[in-house]
Amino acid sequence: MRAARPPFAIAALAAIGVAFFALPLAGLIYRVSWQTALSDLFTEEALLALRLSLLVSIAATALGLLLGVPLAWIYARVAFPGRNVVRALTTLPMVLPPVVGGVALLVAFGRRGLVGEWLDAGFGLRIPFTTTATVMAATFVSMPFLVLTVEAGIRSIDHRYEEAARTLGASQWRIFRQVTLPLVAPSLFAGAVLCWARALGEFGATITFAGNLPGVTQTLPLAVYIAMETRPEVAIVLSLVLLLVSLGVLVALRDRYLRLD
Amino acid sequence: MKRLLTLAIAFVVVGSTCGGAGPATSSPTAAVAPSPSPAQVPLTGSITVFAGSSLTDAFKKAGDQLKVKNPGTDFTFNFGSSSTLATQIINLAPADVFASADEANMQKIVDAKLNDGTPAIFVSNRLQIAVAARNPKGIAGLADLARPGLIVVLPAPTVPAGKYALESLQKAGVTVKVASQEVDVRAVLNKVTLGEADAGIVYVTDVKSVGAKVTGVDIPEQHQVIARYPIAVVKETKNPRLAKAYVDYLLSDDGQRLLAEFGFSKP
Repeated sequence: MRAARPPFAIAALAAIGVAFFALPLAGLIYRVSWQTALSDLFTEEALLALRLSLLVSIAATALGLLLGVPLAWIYARVAFPGRNVVRALTTLPMVLPPVVGGVALLVAFGRRGLVGEWLDAGFGLRIPFTTTATVMAATFVSMPFLVLTVEAGIRSIDHRYEEAARTLGASQWRIFRQVTLPLVAPSLFAGAVLCWARALGEFGATITFAGNLPGVTQTLPLAVYIAMETRPEVAIVLSLVLLLVSLGVLVALRDRYLRLD
Repeated sequence: MKRLLTLAIAFVVVGSTCGGAGPATSSPTAAVAPSPSPAQVPLTGSITVFAGSSLTDAFKKAGDQLKVKNPGTDFTFNFGSSSTLATQIINLAPADVFASADEANMQKIVDAKLNDGTPAIFVSNRLQIAVAARNPKGIAGLADLARPGLIVVLPAPTVPAGKYALESLQKAGVTVKVASQEVDVRAVLNKVTLGEADAGIVYVTDVKSVGAKVTGVDIPEQHQVIARYPIAVVKETKNPRLAKAYVDYLLSDDGQRLLAEFGFSKP
């Protein structure tokens, strides 16, 4: 690609755009009290939250892969009536305010919820205020990212590879495992990482559906919010960690799998 | 480009001075009144009141009352957690009056020298146990919250209500296994209203505000923790007269009666 020299107006507006995103990050870095940063980071609550966040975001990604990949394959390969409606339904959490998602989860899986009441009565299972609820909230908001990415990946595969496998007598399941999946590996990876990053940052649905208890449901974003009330310096250090992790992931991803050229 | 910017700035400046002159334009009405002494000059203009969220309903009503008595005045509100509001005021948010749900957050304003006059304690609030309507679990007091299998949520210990709730439990010598430390009393109340939690500790005024959906179980005097609410005019106010009038109204008998309607106790 030939490098173009951008017109001044475009460059200026783009620079303002960059500043808009870079300045808040700079602000955080500026406000960090570096003398206490390490001790702030290694408080018990921060470490508990960090550990829980890693666990929950990885679990949400695993759950997202398990349920999301088949969903993406069906969206890409099977035409069925109402597909657009179903797809919109499973994409909704991307535009839904997460708090509303949390309320929705609560009225479905809560103790008095649609399914939750039955789970409680039948099995004594109570989901709210548990780590399970935290994973569910994270999966709810992050899986759509994976589904959309993988669906786009499957759609872009050359049909002929799958056709060739079929003419050679491979079963649909075998084609899915041995042809389709390896071909979509890059989008699978990209989707999983996007899903993981969204799960890591999840706040609204979690605090509404799972509540907030250190070590059980208090993930990093919740710990940041709570710390902001009394110890803003801890909140800022934790935010910075969250930001840098996400930034690193997105930079790595963009370079390797989301290349547009 | 640069000229455009200058123009834009000029526009903003002119715009804001016009806004500032707003109240002055109504002074001819004042002049109509027969030779008013300075104290009798009608109150005009508007103020923004920053107040802890537990004051939401009461403060709106107080604003309405003052508006009826003083046509031409207007009150806008910013309700939120007292610590968030204190942070906003310290970062020079345009507040005229600040009412905090605890003394610690008012102290932050005093420390930053942003208050006009000593803050006054204008009202107090008491704790109550919020349980599902008609109390199906038969919770009679703090000791019952330790019952195994009961789902109890409290406000997080970082917000005043959470601090008070822990103090109260401590006074009663009760250890509770908490299911969640909610971000504020409102969230605690929601969990009880939705039936997800069996009980939570909130302010008396919160239980009152949701009506029949929740039942309040009293906490005896010896285990009570009283939340004292201070109020002050903010130094940077553009309308000190109206700001002071609002504070004075809340401290007056009428204002105290109004606050009592919402479940608040005398300071």
